[in-house]
Amino acid sequence: MPPIKEEILVIDDEAQMRRLLSVTLESAGYSVTLAENAAEGIRNAETHRYEAIVLDLGLPDSDGIDVLKKIRQWAVYPIIILSVRSSENGIIEALDAGANDYLTKPFRSGELLARIRSALRLYTTSPGGSKFFFSGIEVDLEMRVVRKRGEVVKLTPTEFSLLSLFIHNAGKVLTHNYILQQVWGPKFEGESQYTRVYVGQLRKKLEENPNNPSFFVTESGIGYRFTLENEK
Amino acid sequence: MQEFDETRPDPDALLNALKKEEAHFRRGKLKIFFGMCAGAGKTYDMLKSAHEAQSKKIDVVVGYIETHKRPETEALIDGLIVIPRKKLEYRGVSLEEMDLDAILERKPKIVLVDELAHTNVPGSRHTRRYQDVLELLDNGIDVFTTLNVQHIESRAETVAQITGSIVRETVPDSILEQADEVELIDISPEELLKRLAEGKVYTPERSMHAAQNFFRKGNLTALREMSLRMTAERVDHQLRDYMQSKRITDTWKSGQRMMVGISPSPSTISVIRWARRMAYTMDATWIAVYVESSKALSDEEKKQLNNNIKLAGELGAEIVTTADEHIARALIRVARQQNVTQILVGKTRRRYPFMPTLLDEIIENSGDLDVYAVGGDTTEGTIKRKIVIPKIRSSLSQYILAATAVFLVVMACYPFTNYFGYQTVALILLFTVVLLPLVFDVGPVLLAATLSALLWDYFFIPPQFTILIALPQDYLFLAAYFVIAAVTGVLTARIRAREQVVRLREEHSTALFTLTKHLIATKTQDEVAEAAIKNVSSFFNSDVAIFLSQPDGDIFTAAHPHSTYAVNGKEFGVAAWTYWNEKKAGKFTDTLPATTATYYPVSGPRYPLGVIGVQTKNGKQFSIDQESLLQNFIAQIASTLEREQLSELAKRTVVYAESEKLYKTLFNSISHELRTPIAAIVSASEGMLTLPEMNSSALGKTLTNEIHTAAERLNRLVENLLDMTRLESGQLAPKKDWCDVRDIIQASLKKLQAELSQHVVTINVAEDMPLVQLDFGLIEQVCTNLLHNASLYTPPGTVIAIDASIYENELLLTIHDNGPGFPADAQKRIFDKFYRVPGTRTGGTGLGLSIVRGFVEAHKGTITASNKPSGGAQFVIRIPVEVQQPMEIQ
Repeated sequence: MPPIKEEILVIDDEAQMRRLLSVTLESAGYSVTLAENAAEGIRNAETHRYEAIVLDLGLPDSDGIDVLKKIRQWAVYPIIILSVRSSENGIIEALDAGANDYLTKPFRSGELLARIRSALRLYTTSPGGSKFFFSGIEVDLEMRVVRKRGEVVKLTPTEFSLLSLFIHNAGKVLTHNYILQQVWGPKFEGESQYTRVYVGQLRKKLEENPNNPSFFVTESGIGYRFTLENEK
Repeated sequence: MQEFDETRPDPDALLNALKKEEAHFRRGKLKIFFGMCAGAGKTYDMLKSAHEAQSKKIDVVVGYIETHKRPETEALIDGLIVIPRKKLEYRGVSLEEMDLDAILERKPKIVLVDELAHTNVPGSRHTRRYQDVLELLDNGIDVFTTLNVQHIESRAETVAQITGSIVRETVPDSILEQADEVELIDISPEELLKRLAEGKVYTPERSMHAAQNFFRKGNLTALREMSLRMTAERVDHQLRDYMQSKRITDTWKSGQRMMVGISPSPSTISVIRWARRMAYTMDATWIAVYVESSKALSDEEKKQLNNNIKLAGELGAEIVTTADEHIARALIRVARQQNVTQILVGKTRRRYPFMPTLLDEIIENSGDLDVYAVGGDTTEGTIKRKIVIPKIRSSLSQYILAATAVFLVVMACYPFTNYFGYQTVALILLFTVVLLPLVFDVGPVLLAATLSALLWDYFFIPPQFTILIALPQDYLFLAAYFVIAAVTGVLTARIRAREQVVRLREEHSTALFTLTKHLIATKTQDEVAEAAIKNVSSFFNSDVAIFLSQPDGDIFTAAHPHSTYAVNGKEFGVAAWTYWNEKKAGKFTDTLPATTATYYPVSGPRYPLGVIGVQTKNGKQFSIDQESLLQNFIAQIASTLEREQLSELAKRTVVYAESEKLYKTLFNSISHELRTPIAAIVSASEGMLTLPEMNSSALGKTLTNEIHTAAERLNRLVENLLDMTRLESGQLAPKKDWCDVRDIIQASLKKLQAELSQHVVTINVAEDMPLVQLDFGLIEQVCTNLLHNASLYTPPGTVIAIDASIYENELLLTIHDNGPGFPADAQKRIFDKFYRVPGTRTGGTGLGLSIVRGFVEAHKGTITASNKPSGGAQFVIRIPVEVQQPMEIQ
């Protein structure tokens, strides 16, 4: 019995991109539905349950962000957005509106597939127990203790809140404002120096090479991603 | 409450301290080597400091040094860069002066300017060297200079008293106050005399002369004491400033305010100097008041008055003018209005017995004010006053006319004497004399009164044709006649004079009103210029030229076409100077006085709005009254010009916003159209390379690889072209946010993983590197382009290093390698658009580095390319940045 194919909805107005995406995704074993504009995309999403959506931000009939917001009202599955370079604001807005990840065009197909896999894995695996392990580091979320190769690493309360936010959203891109709101509170919106300083602290304490981080990765101009893909 | 007040620093004091600091931010720093007299070793010490600075790689040049042929000093000039002096012809003699323009052009960090008190040769830009120095400071150049105590304005007189020689070249005390550093060059009189005897100060023949006159031990000791005292006073002030800024509350500003009255007399000068000294030691602010009365002033007095007011201004007084016939009353009134605590008055002589002097009157009315009387009259002053008092002020023609009128009336009356008697004639003459003041001044009226009395006596009172008088009652009659004629005449004249003052004031306000009315009606800058020219020229009886700045605040290129006199190159130069320095210049000023017109800056809130040139038709200087009215005029014109400029700016902003919107729409649509197909090719070819079933044939794999490489290259080209378009359109404004430089470098490296796989990359960023304000995307692009460049032009295995550090709010980013470096002639052109180093392999667009430069310059930074001494190419980027202060980690 062949495995059940995971269904993905692709919303893009460019025929070429749609064909390319469908070929790439189908060759990786997904079943693909195509929509060429916002209206069709929303209609599809309303009538069928997908495992994930790939959404282009530049749609002719409606703003991609609006489509995202509408679908997010009921859909909890991953939504990955596509965008062109030099539109960081759009990406940040989309991430804040609930997108799970983003890709800028031109992208490598391998990258796209990796992002989809990662998003799906996060979505299907519930956050495990109170302990979290990565690369010789043990984080006890309940006891608020971090050990690196058995040795306790001292973290300030803010650093620990930030770390646990990253762990709960592993693999996902978090915008500066999202992190600020979750860790510091709504008054700190726009004060990105806080996230930068504290992420720097975490890197210093937890990364093997803080100048070339493997886990706390910067997303240029957008925010941070805590990723385990580079785990050695 | 009281306690709270005491511990809180005075906001005004804080503001002052801030202002001082702020002014220093832009200005050059002034260091004065201060000494008691020539030969103390100031120039020598200054040159030593210059060498010290030079050894620290600071750019020091010599602007002007007077070595007096002292060999030790001359030896020290060696090894310093000397700006050649400027040669000027004056009355057939060739003289040398400091070349101010050459120094401004050269823009060194520090310039040495000897003898601050020097007076420049006529024809120089400024009459005095200290003004040159001020201009250098304004242009951000640090100045080292030398100064002797006897050349300080407020001490000059004391020095003259001690040494007996009058000091002509003085500098305002404010210069010393502005100095950032004053280094006292102290030497004992014995040592100095020894040096003088050894010929180390002057040549032998001059030494003899000097030793007998100026360089006496008593003099030197007194001068030394004075210079030490001045330095001590300065240190004391600095301490006070420091205490205030640090909220140390033992002392605070005295809150004293001193007032001094200014008169057109030369003796006022010493009173003004007194006032400054007292104000400085008491730490008080001070004002100088001039009371204008109907009394007409001679040209000489006007000049003296102008000088006195200028001196008070230079010494730091706030100038107030008021109009009143009663000087003492006016002074007290101003004192009350200005919250003055002390009044300083020069002692005045009693001119008439039983009449109170000005000092008496002031003391009488002073109430709780303190009044100081100081010895005002110097010998110089009193001599002049004796000449000045009896000065005839009305013109000769007035006297002749008045006398003629009396003669005519006498002749007309003579034939009728027998009909109505000689006493009636007296009444007719009296009537005439009373009428005269309507036209004439007091002098001619008094002449008419005297003349008419004599003529009446001679021609009419019996016995006729003698001055003898027969009847005793006629004696009485004649005396009464004279007194009545004189008193009535004088009183009428005085009323008329007062009326004239009132009328003048009224005329002024009417003139201002007319100007305002005209200005309000204007709609464009040209109309403002036209109205300004019309009003100023008609009211001040002058020719007027106006120069309007460009809309973006850039300097004008020519006078406004409505100007009423032709502006030649020289005049234009003065106008340009006025524009840059925002100070009055030209005729009747100390700056570039050899012109036909005076130039006034029209200052705006952000940048100078323009310059107005005024050329009086009679060639005379304006009175203080006219000058202040003109300033009012200019202020009005400035505010109207500013209004027009702002509305112009608003209009342009709207147009600009529209074009920006259009540009953005076009740009977005074009970039979308270009990027989408490239994205499809890149992604598709990449897919073909990664999917196993596509790689069955080796040929297919090779071809796909070619497509993929070409697509990547096309993609880079398009991105570069789009970046270049953004740069060239001028629409690129960096969106700065706090960035970690390490993140930026990592992001670039991640992008170039494939390209740099054959190279060794080392990153050298300090552990404590703070966050800085940058546009992440743009600087990331800068790093990416430079790293990509390095990967293209160096062989595999090359080490590419990225260093980043912060030094004094400047980000220093260096990207260097140990590859072959640049060919010799490529360094200069490397940032040019489409320039590619000859003989390099294809793959680049020739745009990468121009984009790098564009993005760096958008951050107001600089980038340079060079070959390292050890070999290899090196790019150095310097960007001024805001640095994140270390924050508390909770």
